[in-house]
Amino acid sequence: MDERKDQRASQRSGTRGKQSTAKKQGLTPEIQNQIGRQLRNLYMDVVQEGVPDRFTELLQRLDEQDSSKESKS
Amino acid sequence: MTVGESRREMILAAVPRLRAFAISLTGGVDRADDLVQETVLRAWAHFDSFQPGTNLNAWLFTILRNLFRSEYRKRKREVEDIDGVHASRLSSVPEQIGNIELGEFCEALAKLPDDQREALILVGAVGLSYEEVAQICECAVGTIKSRVNRARTRIAEILVVDEAHEFGPDSETSAVVSRNTGT
Repeated sequence: MDERKDQRASQRSGTRGKQSTAKKQGLTPEIQNQIGRQLRNLYMDVVQEGVPDRFTELLQRLDEQDSSKESKS
Repeated sequence: MTVGESRREMILAAVPRLRAFAISLTGGVDRADDLVQETVLRAWAHFDSFQPGTNLNAWLFTILRNLFRSEYRKRKREVEDIDGVHASRLSSVPEQIGNIELGEFCEALAKLPDDQREALILVGAVGLSYEEVAQICECAVGTIKSRVNRARTRIAEILVVDEAHEFGPDSETSAVVSRNTGT
């Protein structure tokens, strides 16, 4: 099955002149590097967003509930 | 510093990465945040069972993962959401890195088996160590490494196959062809 894939890929390589040959070879160091960067890229905006108010407020409430429980006992 | 304050700070610090993992599991930001909220509530209630000095990330992520598997996975995973989620959040992130465009990368991720995608996201996107991920996924470190390697290889294969078919048929047909020729 892998040979069929390679055959099909090379049949089309003539039409895809600008396609990098590194891509056709699968997991090259270059592709591995790009995959790693895209993975970090994917969630960069989530991480940069920080902590949404929803969670800071929730944790604040939980903290206050605990404190008030402690002071009652 | 009171005990309560440090518990809050510890959990707060983990929220961004918990959200990233939750989004990868649920496919949508709203459901992800619901999952993180339940995780926070459960972690808070059971904080006494966390042993100080052990790995907090592993503990929190395990709670989230178990919650997902027991309660959220019953609902059908909306794979299409991954594209939608990231398309709507793409304002600040570069779309293209080298030969890989973000949309096609998301599609390739969605095609991975669950355990491979999970390992790849936790190691490569969330940035946890292999040891932490092995603890969270309840398997050997070697198993996680193998899943990550297979995931990377599979993504490279998917991207190559999609490229090879892109020039001719429309994207729907090439996606079908990719699915049929994929292993």
